[in-house]
Amino acid sequence: MIGAEGQRVGPGTIALVAVATAGLVFLLAPVLIILIVSFSSGNYLSFPPPGLSLRWYQRFFGTPAWRQSIVVSVQVASLTMVFATVLGLGAALALVRGRFRRKAVVYGVVLSPMIVPTIITAIGLYFFFVKLKATGSILAMAIGHTVLALPVVVIIITATLQGFDLRLELAALSLGASRLGALRRVTVPLIAPGVLSAALFAFLTSFDELLIPLFLSGVEVQTLTVRIWNSLVLEVDPTIAAVSSFLIAVTCAVLGVSALVRRRGDA
Amino acid sequence: MTADAATPLAVGAEPAGAAERRDARRHLVLLLPALLTLGAFFVYPLLGILVRSVDKNGYTLESYRQVFRTGVYLTVIGLTFRTATIVTLICLLVGYPLAYVLATVRPRLARWLTIIVVLPFLTSIIVRTYAWMVLLGRNGVVNQYLVAAGLTPAPLPLLYNQAGVVIGMTYVLLPFMVLTLASVMQGIDPAFLRAAHSLGASRLQAFRRVFLPLSIPGVAGGALLVFILSLGFYITPALMGGPSDVMIAMLIEREVEFTLNWSFASALGSILLVLTLAAFVVYYRLMRLERLFEGAG
Repeated sequence: MIGAEGQRVGPGTIALVAVATAGLVFLLAPVLIILIVSFSSGNYLSFPPPGLSLRWYQRFFGTPAWRQSIVVSVQVASLTMVFATVLGLGAALALVRGRFRRKAVVYGVVLSPMIVPTIITAIGLYFFFVKLKATGSILAMAIGHTVLALPVVVIIITATLQGFDLRLELAALSLGASRLGALRRVTVPLIAPGVLSAALFAFLTSFDELLIPLFLSGVEVQTLTVRIWNSLVLEVDPTIAAVSSFLIAVTCAVLGVSALVRRRGDA
Repeated sequence: MTADAATPLAVGAEPAGAAERRDARRHLVLLLPALLTLGAFFVYPLLGILVRSVDKNGYTLESYRQVFRTGVYLTVIGLTFRTATIVTLICLLVGYPLAYVLATVRPRLARWLTIIVVLPFLTSIIVRTYAWMVLLGRNGVVNQYLVAAGLTPAPLPLLYNQAGVVIGMTYVLLPFMVLTLASVMQGIDPAFLRAAHSLGASRLQAFRRVFLPLSIPGVAGGALLVFILSLGFYITPALMGGPSDVMIAMLIEREVEFTLNWSFASALGSILLVLTLAAFVVYYRLMRLERLFEGAG
């Protein structure tokens, strides 16, 4: 409504736009500055950079330890994606279509890992896996991340299912499709974009998360985020700007692919 | 929830009761794997923390007594609440106008602005914290410009103190506030405002008497959410705070990693857990958490 409907632009509107613009700059600037600084040719983090180069990316991708971390992060995130999507799809179907008592409570429990401080979840799992002598394994980290990604998956798939007209499935059944046939030919294609986008967000949740692997990873097996953490505690190395930009790029890719899949699904 | 949308698929000649029971059972089978996973790897470990907090070669409340009798620990808890309150208030002050713009501009522009809010929201916390360490350091970008512009004779201490913690946490949590507020504001029917205008209200009056009261659930929900999340913050205060800016989560981590006093760490963890869950129950009755992802999905 700002400036629309032929209203005059008063001082209130100008102040509002100014504060909102400042807020948007506050949100976007740090991300942009890290992206720019990562291409710096200088030895230090200065802005604007003295020149442009790919040297920090060469350092990042050329260091075996960093490369190994990418592999570990991708492994953990892929496992998380599979676990969380399978579990979350079932849970979302039951929560949207099922009729049972205490549904709101069950839903609250499924969402609660988003709210419980991750440090508490991480420590709880640390105590748990230490007893099983299972720390330092990819699987343990993936299990921890599955817990954190499950609410994200359930929320996204639930939203998709709520927009899905159940009568389409009923129509297929009444036209003679078997239950499995209706599921395969009608339901799955319609909810696939939502499920795919949920899977991508589960991957991202794991890829970006620090605390679970910080407690569960060993000396040998470190995710990207853990390696960033370990380097940050020592020094603010410009290589980290390149690593950070890589993580930002992964976020953008997930957002972009998810939007693309959704648009295809709508068409 | 959407119970009304769920029509039973198989309502043949069977008695309704049996079909319903079968339907319930089938959905329970779908739900069970997720619940069992959460039970084994979330609820059980959390219960483990609660048990460990009172178990020190026999049941005792010693760890809790230690928390509440030691000045340092009480100071940490007080500082945590203080920081959470400051961060919540700043997020509200910056977030409200931003959400208002987001909710009232043309849809096309709103979509672009939402991306600007969502992009940092979905970027790793460690990356966002690192970005602010680069910006706020003694020779960081902000100080370079402040000194160059002659606004300050010497670099300001912006990092490794409470100011750094508050800026960093506000940055990480602002999207939660904006997305919560915007989702409530988008639900406010513009017809109410037009009615107010046509009845002679000025824009300010229409905002104050109509829009603001209708947006209060968003304010309450957003503030509560940011406050809950602030209480358990670890990464940002650990990296951006000074030696005296210790928050509960950092204390817990230290006890686990260095002091190896797991019983005491568990007591602190239990206090934080109970506080958070209590706030979540209030939030859950007030708001729907899934609204946060409407923009993201």
